[in-house]
Amino acid sequence: MATSHTRLIIYFSLIIAFLLPIYITGCSGSETTTDHSEHHQHHHNGHQQEIHQEHTQHEMSDLEALYWARIDSSRMNFVQADVDFMTDMIAHHAQALIMSRLAPENGASDSVQRLAARIINAQGDEIGTMQKWLRDRHQPVPEVHIDGLILMIHMEGGDNHDMHGDHHGHHGHDAMHHHHDMPGMLTQEQLEELAAAHGSEFDRKFLTFMIEHHEGAIYMVDELFAADGAALDRELFDLASGINAEQVTEIDRMWKMLDEMN
Amino acid sequence: MNYTVTAKFAVLFLLLGAYLFSASVQAQQSSTAESALKPITEIAQPDPDPRIGLRAGVFDAEETIWNLRMLSTAPPPPDFIGSWGTDLAFKDNYAIQGNYNGFVIWDISNPENPSVAVDFLCPASQSDVSVYGDLLFVSGEGLGGRLDCGTEGVRETVSPDRLRGIRIFDISDIYEPEYIANVQTCRGSHTHSVLVDPNDDENVYVYVSGSAPVRPEEELPGCSDAFPDEDPNSAFFRIEVIQVPLANPEQAAIVSSPRIFDGLEAPPVHGLAPEEQAIVDRAAEAGRFIANYRNAQRIVNDGIVNRFLAQLVEERGGEGEPTAADSTLLRERMDDMYLDLMEERLAVRGRSVDLGPNQCHDITLYPEIGLAGGACEGYGLLIDISDPINPVRIDAVADSNFAYWHSATFNNDGTTVLFTDEWGGGTQPKCRETDPYEWGANAIYSIVDGKMEFQSYFKMPAPQTSTENCVAHNGSMIPIPGRDIMVQSWYQGGINVFDFTDPANPIEIAFHDRGPLSDDRLEIGGSWSIYWYNGLLINSEIVRGLDIFELLPSEFITENEIAASNTVRMDYFNPQGQPMFTWPASFPLVKAYADQLERDREFDMQSLQLLRTGLERAELTNGNEQARILTELAVEMESRATGSANSAKVLKIAETLRELAAG
Repeated sequence: MATSHTRLIIYFSLIIAFLLPIYITGCSGSETTTDHSEHHQHHHNGHQQEIHQEHTQHEMSDLEALYWARIDSSRMNFVQADVDFMTDMIAHHAQALIMSRLAPENGASDSVQRLAARIINAQGDEIGTMQKWLRDRHQPVPEVHIDGLILMIHMEGGDNHDMHGDHHGHHGHDAMHHHHDMPGMLTQEQLEELAAAHGSEFDRKFLTFMIEHHEGAIYMVDELFAADGAALDRELFDLASGINAEQVTEIDRMWKMLDEMN
Repeated sequence: MNYTVTAKFAVLFLLLGAYLFSASVQAQQSSTAESALKPITEIAQPDPDPRIGLRAGVFDAEETIWNLRMLSTAPPPPDFIGSWGTDLAFKDNYAIQGNYNGFVIWDISNPENPSVAVDFLCPASQSDVSVYGDLLFVSGEGLGGRLDCGTEGVRETVSPDRLRGIRIFDISDIYEPEYIANVQTCRGSHTHSVLVDPNDDENVYVYVSGSAPVRPEEELPGCSDAFPDEDPNSAFFRIEVIQVPLANPEQAAIVSSPRIFDGLEAPPVHGLAPEEQAIVDRAAEAGRFIANYRNAQRIVNDGIVNRFLAQLVEERGGEGEPTAADSTLLRERMDDMYLDLMEERLAVRGRSVDLGPNQCHDITLYPEIGLAGGACEGYGLLIDISDPINPVRIDAVADSNFAYWHSATFNNDGTTVLFTDEWGGGTQPKCRETDPYEWGANAIYSIVDGKMEFQSYFKMPAPQTSTENCVAHNGSMIPIPGRDIMVQSWYQGGINVFDFTDPANPIEIAFHDRGPLSDDRLEIGGSWSIYWYNGLLINSEIVRGLDIFELLPSEFITENEIAASNTVRMDYFNPQGQPMFTWPASFPLVKAYADQLERDREFDMQSLQLLRTGLERAELTNGNEQARILTELAVEMESRATGSANSAKVLKIAETLRELAAG
């Protein structure tokens, strides 16, 4: 659920929406009213009372209040395709973490270890960004739990009543997302095959699987951009374009590494 | 509201310190023959680093500053609060700041109190801006940009209302920008660069780089996301060159789409070098599989061989291990199967290792030296732009520490090029203690005979929190004569100034940083870009508006060097079109060179004292008497030049003195 900070933001967006309607409606494509705003406003009303108390404890400048209100309203412009993309990509990235974490123990070469470390760093951060994106929009947030080669996705929060409570996904049994059906996802058997490999055999398998995995992510970005009304959210556009650009670059590098392995 | 009492005191202390320091320099110079200026490698850096642990806030974050003075900070105009500020361009006394909501034009004639001249609503990401003459160019890449500048966005996948490409405004009256034209491109414009061809005064050229997916052909005819082997009009693997006729800018149109990446990863079409051929021959003798592909032989790796063998077993309806007959068959069919495999790779999404990168993020044009630096996916490119419509790649480097080549900056004489790695796209916190120094940093190369040679990495060294997006971003050269000094943005890592005169040993010499926007959550913010413009360091803050700084004299830079840099004047400036700085003859220029010779231990103190005393005398006179003193000094310097470890700089002093004498 929304944190107290978020509630505070929400409150300000309400007053601003009341007092300064011109700023909200006359400002930008990313701040116009959408199908979601009604749902969003509704959500605000439920918390108005308790939030008001928090507000009196804070002395924020007018500008800062306006800033947080705008940040909040900029987060209302999304469609279901955006939510699905973020939700799926979290699981997709999580599998890349599982694969990459094998590198040090499985005798990967220095260059593959460096690549794996970069993937862990980059995709780990991106998972955090995507979770925050969903949380900010009151959508169910996939929490990632990794136990060795096992990926568990635990859906948290969200305003939709159907999404409340615990949904324990277990590599493919997830209530909402069959993440092994996503493009580029390895099967559990392939993961085990990778985990059993060592040295140059590991390098080769890792690069081959990861190229496939990255190609899947790029396919997902292309699908996203082909959906009506998708990718208008600035944070999502930047993230998806970034995933596209960086993974395309990494695929290139991995082909080169594979070709150089002989 | 903006900088704290502590910061103000820090500035006062620095000013006082700088004053005492320069006074002591003068005292020492007149009394002893000891050098008073330390080589910059020997000067201590602040310890502990004051950028660590700054208090969070949006417009009231704690700040720290070192060797800079903040002249002003101004929040965005109301319609732009909460939207993201982006890149800057400059014309006369105006700074034009792009924004996801449009652009803001600031009047900076009083840098201590800049004012908003224009706030123009016209949403599009990223709204990167450039100026030339009366024209303003603005990039549009995001899916919500509209031809009519409307704020309602575009929701349909195919729409006649969408703008992705370049918007052109007439700013002959800068207070009333007029939207006169646009040029649509297949991938939109993430960034662009304006090229002024010294041999063409009727046109300017805009190089467009786009990194977002290709738009549907139904929306913009001719856009193809097939790969070039299939469709020569593919939008991949190319940049767009827009020609803008200055007499009729509304007729601006794409004139060429050079494929500057072609063949980057392909095997050499000229055939293998003898050593390479020898390796292939030895592998063939040892029984390895060889494929003929694109006019060259390649050793096929075992994984591919096994895959092919399995395919052959399957084709004959067999099972289990391949036989000797399968191996023989593979040797016969290898070339075809290998070609199929390569095309399969291509078919995945219209690109592959064999075609190299398919777009550039940013291209920095440096027409005076006929070169451009392209930051293109996994490569840094050196591009010959002497023919602006037909740029030619002359060198390319890759670096396994670099995720994503973002932008390029040349030093003034074009002997060094610096590339930035915008790892994480600028929205991720890549300056934490745990993030390696080489990642999300700058890589510095020497340019030797048209080839790039790696020298070093440089990254803003103060660890930032995990709620601060931080990575190398935009910056520009500061025209300190005789040195390579750059100012750069690091998003919420703040801004810094560093010296890379020795490209193998870059040194940080100034900085400013704020605490995070929030302690609890990562909100995108910080410095998008900072550039030197006519003595000012102008910072586009994504959330907080516009900051203006100036350099303070310090142990790293003397007052004379700053005064010399301030003799450089520009009428306009586009960061992606790098101008060559030239310094008019002036007393500060001579003194700056003298300070450098002293700091670098390249000239004896007695000669330097003679020079400084001579200059002092000359400055007290004028006319013929001054010319006589300056000419005598020039003669003296010329005769002493051979005794210097940097005789070229001493001769530059002599030359400047003669120019001054000539008036």
